[in-house]
Amino acid sequence: MKILCFADLGEKIGKNVEFPLETTITVRELREKLSEQYPLYQQQLQTCMVAINQTYAEEETVISPDDVVALIPPVSGG
Amino acid sequence: MFVITQDKIDVQAVIEAVQDPHCGGTCTFIGTVRDLTDGKKTAYLEYEAYEEMAEKMLKQIGDEVLKQFGCSHVAISHRIGRLEIGDVAVAIAVSAPHRKEAFEGCRYAIEKLKQVVPIWKKEFGEDGSYWV
Repeated sequence: MKILCFADLGEKIGKNVEFPLETTITVRELREKLSEQYPLYQQQLQTCMVAINQTYAEEETVISPDDVVALIPPVSGG
Repeated sequence: MFVITQDKIDVQAVIEAVQDPHCGGTCTFIGTVRDLTDGKKTAYLEYEAYEEMAEKMLKQIGDEVLKQFGCSHVAISHRIGRLEIGDVAVAIAVSAPHRKEAFEGCRYAIEKLKQVVPIWKKEFGEDGSYWV
């Protein structure tokens, strides 16, 4: 599964992160896994918004391998 | 019209997109790149967006403005890429039969955009660059 990352998170861990996923995982579990993988950026990984198929997700939302997941740091448009 | 664009925003086209003989009021918000933030000089900005999702969210905000404020039409255009001081970053136009609804709808649209639409800006200034 590919994870899209933006802004500072994209610069730090990459804009297109490959994440091995064979079954399903919740948003909460995904945060934990990514935090283990990137301990330096744990705080941002725990607090950023997560979008699944371009819709903001809740902590218990279930992610499937064919979903498009995006990590959304605090936005600053306008 | 709900677009994320690399190109210069045509403000007149955004206004024209909401014109309607039933509407007596059109309210616009034009966001431009400012030269000072907290006393620090900005040289230029770079905007990045999750484009597909951002356009979807702009459309969603437009629908909320129509439903919640009784407005007739909404158009929003947000520019990304490198922007210089004075460049238009965002243009919003909202039309309604009467001005009250148009003002309220336009205010709601820019505030909501700043809260939820996946767009980010990076400031380049005298002491380096940072994501805002």
